[in-house]
Amino acid sequence: MSKPLTVWDLPKDEFLAPGHRMCQGCAAAITIRHILKAAGKDVIVVMPTCCGEITSTVYPQTAWRVPWIHVAFENAAAVASGVSAAIEALKRKGEIPEEKDIKVIAIGGDGGTFDIGFQALSGTLERGDNVLYVCYDNEAYMNTGIQRSGATPLGAWTTTTPVGKVWRGEWRPKKRKDLIAIAIAHNVPYAATANPAFPVDLYTKVKKALSIKGPKLIHVLSTCVPGWRIEPEKAVEIAKLAVLTGMWINYEYENGVYRVTTPVPKRKPVSVYLRLQGRFRHLTDEDIKKIQELVDADVERINKLVGKQVIGPVES
Amino acid sequence: MRALLGSVKALNGAEAVAYAVKQSNVDVISAYPITPQTIIVERLSEFVANGEIHAEYVNVESEHSALSTCMGAAAAGARTFTATSSQGLALMWELLYVTSGLRLPVVMAVVNRALSAPINIHCDHSDSIGARDSGWIQFYVENSQEAYDTVIQAFKIAEHSDIQLPVMVNLDGFHISHTLENVNILPDQVVSDFVGFRKPANVRVEYLGREVPAVLDGVTPISLGIIALSDYYYEFKMMLVDAIDKVKSVIKEVHNDYLKVSWRGYGDGLIDPYGVDGADIVLVIMGSAAGTVKYVVKKLLESGLRVGVLRLRTFRPFPYEEVVKVLSGVKVIGVMDRATSPGAYGAPLFNELRSALYDLDSRPTVVNFIYGIGGRDLEPLTVKRICEKLLEFGRGVKPASYVEYVGVRR
Repeated sequence: MSKPLTVWDLPKDEFLAPGHRMCQGCAAAITIRHILKAAGKDVIVVMPTCCGEITSTVYPQTAWRVPWIHVAFENAAAVASGVSAAIEALKRKGEIPEEKDIKVIAIGGDGGTFDIGFQALSGTLERGDNVLYVCYDNEAYMNTGIQRSGATPLGAWTTTTPVGKVWRGEWRPKKRKDLIAIAIAHNVPYAATANPAFPVDLYTKVKKALSIKGPKLIHVLSTCVPGWRIEPEKAVEIAKLAVLTGMWINYEYENGVYRVTTPVPKRKPVSVYLRLQGRFRHLTDEDIKKIQELVDADVERINKLVGKQVIGPVES
Repeated sequence: MRALLGSVKALNGAEAVAYAVKQSNVDVISAYPITPQTIIVERLSEFVANGEIHAEYVNVESEHSALSTCMGAAAAGARTFTATSSQGLALMWELLYVTSGLRLPVVMAVVNRALSAPINIHCDHSDSIGARDSGWIQFYVENSQEAYDTVIQAFKIAEHSDIQLPVMVNLDGFHISHTLENVNILPDQVVSDFVGFRKPANVRVEYLGREVPAVLDGVTPISLGIIALSDYYYEFKMMLVDAIDKVKSVIKEVHNDYLKVSWRGYGDGLIDPYGVDGADIVLVIMGSAAGTVKYVVKKLLESGLRVGVLRLRTFRPFPYEEVVKVLSGVKVIGVMDRATSPGAYGAPLFNELRSALYDLDSRPTVVNFIYGIGGRDLEPLTVKRICEKLLEFGRGVKPASYVEYVGVRR
């Protein structure tokens, strides 16, 4: 067996230039940087309207050292399908050499993926277009200033799920919708989750996804400094805690087989993840217990899918 | 007369559009079905299914995605085509502005249909007229033949290096889209030679220090669709305004080149006057009803009345100089609008035309006749009555109203 990859083995190329205007500690910047390391320079990146889009291309500057396009909010997947179709057609015409492998990657936030871009995403996935779609999920509309999205987790404070006398943050009494299951229901060959605290895992998944023809989806947790009410230097630590508590599970699905890529033999209680974030500050012990139960159920579901216990019980 | 090139086919307007697209070396087609546009996508699908064209056909889940897909493909260097009607165009709305803002030469056929509510599948121009400020070039054709000819010309105009703008070819729902006509079809090679293949325009990119093709080629790192705030946005919009101002001469040039190939032309490419020279009254109109109006006017001319018709082939750019030139000296003008603008003083064509005529030393009487809403038939008798009214105004009778809705029950 070959030696496992470490961060020192990742390409030194930087296709996301420093000087972009993403926040200090923004996990989206870390994610995009590693996606591009995996993709290399022969890539066309499509972005919907999102934090990463507006902060990286304030005219007359751009942070993108690869071809890049933004059209609107709800259509990154459809634009990516168009780019992919153009590459096919131009290859057929001989204008692009047949052997040239130009990758098409759409990178969008959770608003542009779970909500407003959901329909276009479904179209791209069901048609089987040769596109990798990556959702960096900061669990709310952070670009407009922290409003609730379809990806906002139970209990989280946002400006549209405020903490008041009646409302206590996000109220949806169950786990948010399962983007990976949705992708798999479209019969995609590859789907995965990833996390900026595990850049090698993220890099490996993007590489693998790009080696597969057809529609692929990678769902990345994206810690957000202003939106989650956390300190910039804690962004990666909190992302890591999401995995160590089972709030987030790094796994992949490839042609019918599920595999957890970051096993967690002993889980930490979700409170250690929640208590570091200002958006969960109002939660009572009772609220946290409810969230712990949701996470326990999800861990059990994933263990079942994998066929063995890869995510262990909460350590006492 | 030179022998006609090509062949004659019995086609309805939608099929004529599809045939023109088939011959125009299109790379990517993406569209979504909507009555009365659907025939276009059906025919194009058949051409792709039978291997008659090399294009990629992307069956999307909405009109919004149809235009998005075309934009992505156009940005990557492909020649693209889509088609829609009514609600479909309305669903594309935000993207219409993005297409022109990104200077992507997408060609779209709009089969004009009334907007909901109430839901209605028949023709009026409220769908595309509403999109008049979106930065798209807009043609309104009179029949299937012109639909065919205009689609071919549209690719050349859209992709012209000075222009790089999207083009909307509007044809009246059912009146044109579903009416069988004899259409002269040029040989494939003639059309292919005329439109050529898409050659993206070059742009100078400062940070690269050189000129590069303005497309995402998978090699050149250009960013398309950036954010420009109050310090740069206005300049981008000004570039768009300047570009569309150049369109009129390009339309005339392409129209003239096409005339040489096909022996078919429509006025100067922008306006198509009939009997306007020396006329006392002129009716101004766009679209298929121009045929009905010409039929009536012809009879009136034969009876010795000096009546003319001015058909506008383009609404964007609005050919104000050309219009003023041919209408100066005409005493009474009736403007036929096939769209309403609730709350406005008259409909858009009337407003723009009247505005263009304002600076004339002797201003004509200009009256708006709004007709054909939701597919309401425009009968020759109605046109005749409008002409009689205009002749009365010419004799000094003051119009009771400058905005009239014709053919409607009150």
